[in-house]
Amino acid sequence: MPALRIENLKKSYGTVPVLKGINLAVENGDVVAVIGRSGSGKSTMLRCINGLEPFQEGSIVVAGHRLDQSRANLRDLRKEVGMVFQSYNLFPHLSVAENIMLAPRVVKGLPRDQRELLVRDVLSRVGLAEKASAYPDELSGGQQQRVAIARSLAMKPKVMLFDEVTSALDPELTGEVLKTIAELAEAGMTMVLVTHEMGFARRVATRTVFMHEGKIWEEGPSAQIFAHPATPELRSFIATDLK
Amino acid sequence: MIQSFGWQSVQFLFHGLIWTVGLSVCTFVCGGIFGLIFALARALGPRWLQLIVAGYIQLVQATPLLILIFLAFYGLSFAGFYFPPLAAAAISLSIYATAFLADIWRGCIEAIPRTQWEAADALALSRIQRLRYVILPQAFRIALGPTVGFMVQIVKNTSVTALIGFVELTRAGQLLNNMTFQPFHVFLTVAAFYFAVCYPLSWWSEKLKERKSAGPAH
Ligand SMILES: Nc1ncnc2c1ncn2[C@@H]1O[C@H](COP(=O)(O)OP(=O)(O)OP(=O)(O)O)[C@@H](O)[C@H]1O
Ligand SMILES: [Mg+2]
Repeated sequence: MPALRIENLKKSYGTVPVLKGINLAVENGDVVAVIGRSGSGKSTMLRCINGLEPFQEGSIVVAGHRLDQSRANLRDLRKEVGMVFQSYNLFPHLSVAENIMLAPRVVKGLPRDQRELLVRDVLSRVGLAEKASAYPDELSGGQQQRVAIARSLAMKPKVMLFDEVTSALDPELTGEVLKTIAELAEAGMTMVLVTHEMGFARRVATRTVFMHEGKIWEEGPSAQIFAHPATPELRSFIATDLK
Repeated sequence: MIQSFGWQSVQFLFHGLIWTVGLSVCTFVCGGIFGLIFALARALGPRWLQLIVAGYIQLVQATPLLILIFLAFYGLSFAGFYFPPLAAAAISLSIYATAFLADIWRGCIEAIPRTQWEAADALALSRIQRLRYVILPQAFRIALGPTVGFMVQIVKNTSVTALIGFVELTRAGQLLNNMTFQPFHVFLTVAAFYFAVCYPLSWWSEKLKERKSAGPAH
């Protein structure tokens, strides 16, 4: 069974169609980069996958949970599907450790001693072991984003979704976050990441999906997508990015 | 009987002050409990409930407090429910405080960005858990300054209940003035007592607001 299967997903805001029949299958361990112009529906698709946005037609099966228009059992799905946002969205009133522990504690009832181990484990995976007691406003953007990744990892997700997680960062801070994500990919995490970092998509993603006007316009192994784009839309998209 | 202003008069006024503080505390507790419920209903309830609560808030905010107090005291007794001045004062002040606190706190809840709800949602927290652990603690922090500021308003507004004969600080001052005919002594002492209660609250409120604008406190 694939980690994620999207079938004929359609969504509109009011009368404006935004996703016009998306089909996508992601296998376990796949790293899928989603690229495309602004407004092509990348974020919307990602937000549909963990139920943040309702949709009108089609179905999504992710980490063994089926999601349809009824939106039942969303919480069970979210326990196994992590999401990292462009704007980090850390909880400013909680320390790094508390940010990480909150969901394992209140959603899964993890006991205290295990929570502490968990915090140490996920923080070391994002290279921030020494920051457990810091507050979000004491960290750089890159560090905050890595804490957000650690917070998501603490739920031990089967699939992780990343929505332009480096777009709010200065160029010199982008690298450290991309490195963290690349390490997760190497460790076998199944991921779907919306990104504007073409070089990164090419290097780290096993597959790349190009979205255009609410559809998956072209997809395939990353090497092929970037070296031999089949459609004029993708060719011009890659060309504008190189400039 | 004419007596002159002395130590006994100060004691008499102090007795009034205790009633003022007691009535204020009672108003704040009742208004706080209902205010919180109303604020949550107004910010997060179903549409029809939001409209009802918004109507309540606007109606009360547009009515002079004295009219609320007269309604509770004269109006209800006319309708056959007699409340003694203390009860009428507590009820009307609580109705008033509920509306204002609900409005202040609703604003604080709504000031927390939608992305905070989303992040908690994506971590599988239930709606109640999101409120309990993510939204309300942040809203509480923003609310502290304005809430303490509103406590000053409550203390000062208890003086209006003098008009239905409830003997709090202001009414005690009036009575004492009728006995001593020394209005300056009497009302300056009354003012000093109000100041002694209100000033520390105002100062604290300002402090809390400063701390907020200096970034989140830990
Ligand atoms: N809440 C909303 N209400 C109405 N329209 C929306 C909403 N969110 C997104 N849209 C519209 O849906 C379309 C797709 O938006 P989406 O955010 O998915 O694009 P994107 O590919 O992620 O773009 P970007 O690269 O700029 O992030 C856009 O035309 C956008 O204007
Ligand atoms: Mg987007």
